[in-house]
Amino acid sequence: MTDLPRTQHIIASGLVAAVGIAVTYISFTQEPAAAFLFPRLISTVFAVLALWTFGKALLGRTKVGNGLSRQAMANILPGLVVALVFVFWAARTLGFYTASTITFFILLSLYDPAPHGEVKTWIKRVVITAGFLAVMYGLFAMLLNVFTPREIFF
Amino acid sequence: MKTFAKLFSLLTVTGQDIRTTGDAALEFLAYFGDVFTPINFGLLLIGTIGGLILGATPGLSPTMAVALLIPFTFRLEPAQGLILLGAAYTSTVAGGAVSAILLKIPGAPANIATTLDGHTMAQKGQGARALQLSFIASAVGGVFGVLLLIFLTPMLAQWALAFGPSHLFWLAILGVTVIGSLDSSSVVKGLLSGCIGLWLATIGFDDIMGAQRFIFHSSVSGGINVIPALIGLFAIPQVITMFAKDRRKLDAEVLTVEHHPIGGAIREVFKRKRALGIGTITGSIIGLIPGVGGQIAGLVAYDQTKKMSPERDKFGTGHSEGVIAAESANNSMVGPSLVPLLTLSIPGSPTAAVLLGGLLIHGIFPGSDLFDNHPEVAWTFINSMLIGQILMCIFGLYVAGLAAKVAQVPNAVMAAVVLGLAVFGSYSVQNSMGDVYVMMTLGTGMYFLERFGFSAAPLVLGLILGPIAEANFIQGSMIANATSSVGQYFFTGPLNLALIAVVVVSVGYSVWMELRHRRYTTKDDAVSKEEALS
Repeated sequence: MTDLPRTQHIIASGLVAAVGIAVTYISFTQEPAAAFLFPRLISTVFAVLALWTFGKALLGRTKVGNGLSRQAMANILPGLVVALVFVFWAARTLGFYTASTITFFILLSLYDPAPHGEVKTWIKRVVITAGFLAVMYGLFAMLLNVFTPREIFF
Repeated sequence: MKTFAKLFSLLTVTGQDIRTTGDAALEFLAYFGDVFTPINFGLLLIGTIGGLILGATPGLSPTMAVALLIPFTFRLEPAQGLILLGAAYTSTVAGGAVSAILLKIPGAPANIATTLDGHTMAQKGQGARALQLSFIASAVGGVFGVLLLIFLTPMLAQWALAFGPSHLFWLAILGVTVIGSLDSSSVVKGLLSGCIGLWLATIGFDDIMGAQRFIFHSSVSGGINVIPALIGLFAIPQVITMFAKDRRKLDAEVLTVEHHPIGGAIREVFKRKRALGIGTITGSIIGLIPGVGGQIAGLVAYDQTKKMSPERDKFGTGHSEGVIAAESANNSMVGPSLVPLLTLSIPGSPTAAVLLGGLLIHGIFPGSDLFDNHPEVAWTFINSMLIGQILMCIFGLYVAGLAAKVAQVPNAVMAAVVLGLAVFGSYSVQNSMGDVYVMMTLGTGMYFLERFGFSAAPLVLGLILGPIAEANFIQGSMIANATSSVGQYFFTGPLNLALIAVVVVSVGYSVWMELRHRRYTTKDDAVSKEEALS
């Protein structure tokens, strides 16, 4: 195993082990004890398995999972940031439909392999985005009557 | 149309006779007519055609398709919702063959084996023939699988009546451990994923004492809702996987679909009895085993057919037996995978786990009394799957050309559409932004965990089966405190011991398989190193 996946395995399994230990600690210290009977059982197994996995990662004996290459991380980052901003900020602030339309257009522009210099490409992207907005509005606002935090445009 | 109407009225009359005579083996006939009400049949058509298109789209797995469809079933009657989900499940598995054959990209993991001969046939200019063979074989296998579901489920449901709290607790644990150990590449990480799911299920207020448990953010104060969690765990990792692909790479080569007579394909499928028989039987048996997915069914059937065929040298070069065996197996798995789900609440596959979520949100609890309390829902759903197999074949044969075009939808569009559907779908469950946050957090976390060998299926199962396990654990503990000791109540008795043995055997078998696989991999590595040195 090369150094990058090994470090990644240590970080990932370390985080899982930390959660496992925290859950076990809370389960055994919180009251009323009767409410934590089942969590105690589960968290003990959780912590043991998580520590086992962390130990294996520390020793470099993890066999499963390739981690993430630098290229994959670079590819993911812009899309993931856009998606997280959409979900945790834009949807509530700008309204579901406006935010999802902007997000859709940005993601399409970021990941579409077509050349950015052609006007035809941009027209195509705008048309696809408009189609997406129409379908989502028809489906959720008109068919399912879902009340979103804001109306179609702000 | 008149003939159809006559047939349905005949079935309804026969059904009423069965209801009055109480013939349990033929009870399903009593509800056959319910499938053909305008709304139910319309939903079956929508689910089938939509499922074929979704299945043909690379990256949209059946599990994810069913998870994304669940919010659309809220306003439907339970039977109607299940018809839509069941039709989507059936046809996404079959639809995955389109991209497997034409693009060499399996639409779903279940279609991996189909690429081996299907794509080679397409390269030789036999794409239409390969698609026809795959849809006909899928329908034959699928019908056989649903018939098994019809006749085995009531039998097992009667047997499940003997289950008490301790048995139900062990069954829930069995569900998590079986999927955790068999569906994952690492047994420990699979079981750990299951534990994470069981822990997530305990977040929120405790049912008995009303105590707060692990509420670290207001979004989870009411506990983690299963549907947004399902959507996040299956859809978001796919979206991020699409982001990870190199955008500069050109799309896969798409082969044209030329004309081929359907009659010739039907004759060929039935001429290849060996491939059809091995595929159908292997798929059905594998479907009955909880935790073993359709991808294994297709690959095992392909391998067995190849071993038993006198023309084994032709496999991999565009041999029709390869396509027939793989596709009949992955669709015959669908029906039997629902047998343990409907009788014992143990899903036979990750998609069945999502269907369990769909059942629970409609207030339908699978188990021994499902066919007593909700026969109209259970039988209408099962019957619709039988009709759905035939519809899937008919539409599959005609939609194949269109589906091939859908398979070319760029990753960028697909990722953005799935993200939009995931956000709107999870919000619409309770009109709550908290659900959207939970969906996104779990989904993003799952993508990174999957890179390190963790698995979504056992986590989901832990989340779904957690409340069942806890309720029966608490109930069992109370009974044990009043009658005997907790140890005696949970660890004695033939049924408890049998269930514990199955848990131990399934985990032990998976550990053994993993070690064996590693030994061979290490040996192969050593040999290749020696060869390289020499």
